[in-house]
Amino acid sequence: MNKKQKKVLFRIIAAVLCMIALEFLPLEGRIRMGCYMVPYLIIGYDILLKAGKGILNRQVFDENFLMAVATVGAILLGEYAEGTAVMLFYQIGELFQSYAVRKSRKNIGELMDIRPDYANIEEDGRLTKVDPDMVRTGSVIIVQPGEKIPIDGTVVEGKATLDTSALTGESLPRDVREGDAVISGCINLSGVLRIRTSREFGESTVSRILDLVENSSSRKSRSENFISKFARYYTPAVCYGAVALAVLPPLARMLFAHLTPDWNIWIFRALTFLVISCPCALVISIPLSFFAGIGGASNAGVLVKGSNYLETLARTRYVMFDKTGTITQGVFEVSAIHHADMDREKLLEYAALAESYSSHPISRSLQKAYGKPVDQSRVTDVQEVSGKGVIARVDGIRVAAGNSGLMEKLGIPYRECQSAGTVVHMAVDGVYEGHIVIADLAKPNAKEAIRALKKLGMKKTVMLTGDREQAALQTARETGIDEVYSELLPADKVSKVEEFLNIKKPGESLAFVGDGINDAPVLSRADVGIAMGALGSDAAIEAADVVLMDDDPMKIVKAIRISRKCIRIVYENIYFAIGVKAICLLLGAIGAAGMWAAIFADVGVMVIAVLNAIRALYVKNL
Amino acid sequence: MKKAYKIDVDCANCANKMEEAARKTNGVKDASVNFMALKMTVEFAEGADMKAVMQEVRKNCKRVEDDCEIFL
Repeated sequence: MNKKQKKVLFRIIAAVLCMIALEFLPLEGRIRMGCYMVPYLIIGYDILLKAGKGILNRQVFDENFLMAVATVGAILLGEYAEGTAVMLFYQIGELFQSYAVRKSRKNIGELMDIRPDYANIEEDGRLTKVDPDMVRTGSVIIVQPGEKIPIDGTVVEGKATLDTSALTGESLPRDVREGDAVISGCINLSGVLRIRTSREFGESTVSRILDLVENSSSRKSRSENFISKFARYYTPAVCYGAVALAVLPPLARMLFAHLTPDWNIWIFRALTFLVISCPCALVISIPLSFFAGIGGASNAGVLVKGSNYLETLARTRYVMFDKTGTITQGVFEVSAIHHADMDREKLLEYAALAESYSSHPISRSLQKAYGKPVDQSRVTDVQEVSGKGVIARVDGIRVAAGNSGLMEKLGIPYRECQSAGTVVHMAVDGVYEGHIVIADLAKPNAKEAIRALKKLGMKKTVMLTGDREQAALQTARETGIDEVYSELLPADKVSKVEEFLNIKKPGESLAFVGDGINDAPVLSRADVGIAMGALGSDAAIEAADVVLMDDDPMKIVKAIRISRKCIRIVYENIYFAIGVKAICLLLGAIGAAGMWAAIFADVGVMVIAVLNAIRALYVKNL
Repeated sequence: MKKAYKIDVDCANCANKMEEAARKTNGVKDASVNFMALKMTVEFAEGADMKAVMQEVRKNCKRVEDDCEIFL
């Protein structure tokens, strides 16, 4: 609690004690009223002052004015205790609200506490802390264990383990060494790193992320616009309603029914109306929900560029994917070994050795699958057959590794392979020993992600790729994607997205997920463009509406879940606040709800709505 | 010329009022208040004296909402 809040708390306690004492004193008439003035002024003097100032500054219809009129009115009508209590509860509610808002602001601030305060540079052999803004591109900075990397760059010396969780939400630490690119915002867990900066601070990942999140609230969602419009008409409408309620029924009773006007009752009901009228619960909780949702999302490694995108994301019913790098890993790996008599390990060893002099990606993936160091001295007489493969002697044995063309050339009968991908046929000592299939593998989480998306109610998952049909179908089968369109040019992808945009019903939205390379037009054409694994890629961050900090497909599911939770909270608050207020207004008008109900409708609803809004922050278990 | 200022204000509606008051101040081209980040971003009109304009903005904000502060 800050000083201001403590002071209010003290006044609340003083006023409560005062009121309890007054309950037991047998006071009558003017003395009683005079005595009640003490707690009333203790608790309400600032509201009265503000209301007065508001009138002087021609800012009449604010909450201070409403509270002042309502409580002074109640006291003039002889309801001293009630008038004071209204003021008291109003202050308690305000205190609670300001406490809750401050607290959530702090929580969100801590979540996004990735801004580095300084950078270490070496001057005359000594470390000096400087403002990261002052470090020029190409300088060498030093990051010690426990410090944040302030600026993007490349490691020139040292080895370390980095905690990237603040950026990616990924809890597994990452190892870096000389030559690796590192991004700002990661925390160095071990080892001293010397980094040559590749960007200015303002252009670095951490600055861009902070900028994005802080400015995200400037793109207002439809719900927020609805609320500000609603508030604009609602408050004056209730105020005029209160005046009408105070004047019309008594007049009607006098003129038409020849009854006593009962001015007191109707004015009191009108005052109740005024207390209920404050739209604060909505005005405060809706933006707070979105802010908390965006804050929670960025902590989970999902950057959302505006609350409007959170809203669109929640309505996603069609998800379209790029293939390479999004569904698949974008690197080639041995996906199958179909061996004849020879042991699979032995076959792989021969393949890796025979191809060891080549720098082709296929050779690299063979060696990666082999996993042991390759002793090139075992390989002799290497003969590359252009476009077909390689023939070499391994430990003196003749090994041929290559495509079907190579086998045909050597006159060795081979077996066709049905798997998608590149097939390396193997002949050892002139005998066909089987083949190794190398393919771009689906990401380990891809299948699970597609299933989870279906569970979230996606009508269709579609994959768009420039790749060959066979490879595309294979990936789709493996992951469970509904539809595949292969051999597409970038422009075809845009027209496919447009086709689906026409199919979807109003109120549904279409998301496109890509890795940001060559995807910019599609990303911007879809309702929501999601770029994945976009750390460091400017084009993707620019074009996408939602940026996933790492390339795990489950993050798409997480992003949608976060958005749904946030939107659900927003609607809960809208319905709850408007509902309670409407009921209280109705009950107030017929005299069934007194000041106490009014107070609940005002501050009680607000406090509940604020607490509910803060829930949007917690997205860890989604 | 755009500049961001830290502000202090307790209620969301008051923040909206501050935004409006800042916008109406002479020398301000556009202004926006981010209640959650407690930040006011002011875009100054061509050739305006930033310091003088901000004094004026602060005065106008105080008039609509007594309980606010702009840290200049």
